[in-house]
Amino acid sequence: MLNVNDINVYYGAIHAIKGVSFQVNDGEVVTLIGANGAGKSTILNTVCGLLHSRTGSIEFLGQNLGGIPAHKLVERGLAHVPEGRRIFQHMSVEENLEMGAYTQARASIEPNLERVYEQFPRLKERRKQVAGTLSGGEQQMLAMGRGLMSNPKLLMLDEPSMGLAPILVEQIFDIIKRLHQAGTTILLVEQNARMALSVADRGYVLETGKIVATGTGNELLQDEAVKKAYLGG
Amino acid sequence: MSFLNNVITGVSLGSIYAIIALGYTMVYGIAKMLNFAHGDIIMVGAYMCFFAMGSFSLPPAAGVLLAVVVCTVLGIVIERLAYKPLRSAPSLAVLITAIGVSYLLQNSAQLLWGADTKTFRPLVEGSLVLVPDQLSISYVAVLSIACCVVVMIALTLFTGQTKMGKAMRACSEDKAAAQLMGIDVNATISMTFAIGSALAAVAGVLMCSAYPVLSPTTGSMPGIRAFTAAVFGGIGSVPGALLGGILLGVIETFAKAYISTALSDAVVFAVLIIVLLVKPAGLMGKYVPEKV
Repeated sequence: MLNVNDINVYYGAIHAIKGVSFQVNDGEVVTLIGANGAGKSTILNTVCGLLHSRTGSIEFLGQNLGGIPAHKLVERGLAHVPEGRRIFQHMSVEENLEMGAYTQARASIEPNLERVYEQFPRLKERRKQVAGTLSGGEQQMLAMGRGLMSNPKLLMLDEPSMGLAPILVEQIFDIIKRLHQAGTTILLVEQNARMALSVADRGYVLETGKIVATGTGNELLQDEAVKKAYLGG
Repeated sequence: MSFLNNVITGVSLGSIYAIIALGYTMVYGIAKMLNFAHGDIIMVGAYMCFFAMGSFSLPPAAGVLLAVVVCTVLGIVIERLAYKPLRSAPSLAVLITAIGVSYLLQNSAQLLWGADTKTFRPLVEGSLVLVPDQLSISYVAVLSIACCVVVMIALTLFTGQTKMGKAMRACSEDKAAAQLMGIDVNATISMTFAIGSALAAVAGVLMCSAYPVLSPTTGSMPGIRAFTAAVFGGIGSVPGALLGGILLGVIETFAKAYISTALSDAVVFAVLIIVLLVKPAGLMGKYVPEKV
């Protein structure tokens, strides 16, 4: 579904992503794990068109995404739930979800809204509330719900557990599992490597802009080097 | 009775300020820039209406329409040519560019239409007498207040109910996130400039109907006062622009009537300073603490 081939991304003179290649297949949950600053978010931002690679290609559903502006990717089925949630704080919960469906036909908004509310009953309770007043966990649910409103073929989640209490982290990962079971393809970026690998079909370990290990979720969980570096021994 | 007359004058002047302030506040809200050329769009609008009604003897409505169309196009063109290339430049560069555009418009007007002051024929003449010889309200004042009310209602409905309007609010909060929703940020910014400039055209025509002199610098002082009104009400806030505009118009009129004409601007800015000392975000400026 997503085929990232040899991308190199620079911030000015800084070479942030060094020849990274990876794939996400239909129906899979794939995770990119790595320490702070390894380049995980940079990769997602490059895939969704906010940043650009100097080399290589990014193919989505067989089409090259090079040169397509970020706002055109949503209608192709790519949804990105950015790091730090980035919900529209001054808008209501429902308006946030409507924005998620910006590219969708009017007729499909209502059923999508129902589906998201089914997944996240808390959002339904708070539909008229201003999003900035939600708790951190609810904001993350809103960000994910907003991403789902565009009927994405691929959902990219950037650090969905960031800054959340352990119980909320469990909840968020439960939701990821549910989405996976429902057939959603997910590319998950996480610092919480243990949780991420436990829900992922496959994972890639990223270190200072390079992929240093890859395998199934279980393989990486058992890998001595990965254990040592990312799973606390 | 003179008190009531002053209130009427103040509110009608304030309505015009509010319409101009909306342009400042909307553009600031989306593009996070102070469009100092906004005041000069007012002047261009007034000239368009002046020529339409004077040289071509068109009816006032056609004059207003021409002013709105020309200013809308001008706003979009200025944004495309002068501001869009600076989208990721430091805000100081954008600010200085805006000042440059302001002078460009003023000097172009001088070149095209001369530096002499022209007498603007008001859109509507006469006034509505409420109490004979004591209390009356000019039709221009009625028209200004009515325009302000219509514009406010229309904008509130637009930003609150329509998809485009909501997209505008989304862009004003977070452009990158808005892009991830599939919103074309550049198109949204263009539209904001278009709306702001169309409003400036309306304000220019009203302003020159109320104070019928027209010169290439006509727009600069009302522009600065309306900018003050926008800051006063809370820049970025639409109801704030209305409140700030009306208050500014009333304060200015009262200062002229009861304190001193020469000092009226000083009084207006003194009030602004006091308000900003107490409420740094302006009267209706929003501040929502970020949650982590």
